[in-house]
Amino acid sequence: MPAVAVHNLLKKYKNGKDTIDAVRGVSFEVEARTIFGIIGPDGAGKTSLFRMLTTLLLPDGGNATVDGSDIVKDYKAIRKKVGYMPGKFSLYQDLTVEENLNFFATIFNTTVEENYNLIRDIYVQIEPFKTRKAGKLSGGMKQKLALCCALIHKPIVLFLDEPTTGVDAVSRKEFWDMLQNLKRQGITILVSTPYMDEASQCTQVALMQNGKIMTTGTPKEITQNFKQVILAVKSQNMYQLLQDLSAWNEVQDVYSYGEYHHAIMKENYNKESLLHYLESKGNNKIDTHLVSPSIEDCFMQLMQNKHE
Amino acid sequence: MNNEPIIRTKNLSKHFGDFTAVDAISFDVKKGEIFGFLGANGAGKTTAMRMLCGLSIPSSGEATVAGYDVYKQTEKIKKNIGYMSQKFSLYEDLTIKENIRFYAGIYGKTDAFIKEKTSRLLKELKLENEATKLVGSLPLGWKQKLAFSVAIFHEPQIVFLDEPTGGVDPVIRREFWNMIYEAAVTGLTVFVTTHYMDEAEYCHRVSIMVDGKIEALDSPKELKNTYGASSMDEVFLKLARKATRIEL
Repeated sequence: MPAVAVHNLLKKYKNGKDTIDAVRGVSFEVEARTIFGIIGPDGAGKTSLFRMLTTLLLPDGGNATVDGSDIVKDYKAIRKKVGYMPGKFSLYQDLTVEENLNFFATIFNTTVEENYNLIRDIYVQIEPFKTRKAGKLSGGMKQKLALCCALIHKPIVLFLDEPTTGVDAVSRKEFWDMLQNLKRQGITILVSTPYMDEASQCTQVALMQNGKIMTTGTPKEITQNFKQVILAVKSQNMYQLLQDLSAWNEVQDVYSYGEYHHAIMKENYNKESLLHYLESKGNNKIDTHLVSPSIEDCFMQLMQNKHE
Repeated sequence: MNNEPIIRTKNLSKHFGDFTAVDAISFDVKKGEIFGFLGANGAGKTTAMRMLCGLSIPSSGEATVAGYDVYKQTEKIKKNIGYMSQKFSLYEDLTIKENIRFYAGIYGKTDAFIKEKTSRLLKELKLENEATKLVGSLPLGWKQKLAFSVAIFHEPQIVFLDEPTGGVDPVIRREFWNMIYEAAVTGLTVFVTTHYMDEAEYCHRVSIMVDGKIEALDSPKELKNTYGASSMDEVFLKLARKATRIEL
């Protein structure tokens, strides 16, 4: 049995005369004891999806189960089995670190001691501040406390809505180390993120945009489905180079990608004539090499297919 | 880009009680430069930026922004800079046109200037047909692009961008950077913070703050050489991991 099974789930919001289709027929399955990443920008529908799966929002169509329980009929059972860390900090700001943790343990009929094993590695980092009010913690500390509170009843499935948004690169790496640890302890994790590079940390990912899942699979499967050649190109004037590349007829698409530009080449392109052309346009010190597609390359290609 | 500095700081510091948030930073930003201002959460970036924007008076050290002193001429500084962040940009319950008019009005622009420039801007952004729509109804990516245009509408010499691309999709993120490039070519200086390390590569020069100090400052290419790293992500991790200060 999959830990989470979602079939054609729908969510609409009414705003006066307008209807906003937040989630438009989403289906996927999550295997137990894996990390499933939902990757997409703000407005993709990630939060609505998570709120339906955690029984905080009723779907307008489709169905889903979490650990075998139906998200509409068995909502009470699900609430006992899942942990949820919303994107917005939602603990009690005027309770201390310790009080928050005890509070969440108590409403789930357990104690901090009973499941301390699960949170120990994370909690020790905030323990020096256990008498501080949650509202007075820094961003990184709040995030760790929220994770502890979401874990204290030993959930079967953990939902994390954009836990790394606005977090610097070092803290993001540390947070993912914590998630890998939790996975090893048998917890199934659904995590959403706008950072494409975090895909590599997930067992499986779904790429989501405009309420729809564009593709799902292991990160490797997704990048293997990218069939075209990507040429990484740089020169001394990157802005000029971008414009020159996009004007060349054997370049299907081009965009900046860190130090290089990624040029998606049409089949049977001729590298010599491309280089010749770029030099004739005055580009100096041209450097090119082939690169394997990243999840971000795949995401952008899927977005474009949709527009065509 | 010429070599004349538009931001100049020397031993700029800010203390809160016995905590040193910004610890004697010294650097110059050139006119027309895209300057990336990086650092881990809690490294002191926001405090430093607030001083440069004239919102917080330094504890010690010197700095000028667009030629104005950060102690005595903060109002002059505010008039000569633009500011945009992911958190604060436009008013959702005003229309596109109303937002532009509001911001331009605050900066004391004339009606004639506002009228002429608004129509030009809406055309450039292909938003002519949306001008009377509420900003709240626009997709996030459009909002961010519009917010940038509004932040530089009054033609400031410098624009401060605080994590301008957080959460936007990869295509819009790149379109946003193209707008930054286009603006920099006209001589605008761009001072930008980001958590996306690929965006650090798009800057002419990058500084990395660790524990209140500027630990490194150079072009992305030179930084990678110096730290024997293949990407800015690696440079950042190498430096930021040295931090000893606990974010409190």
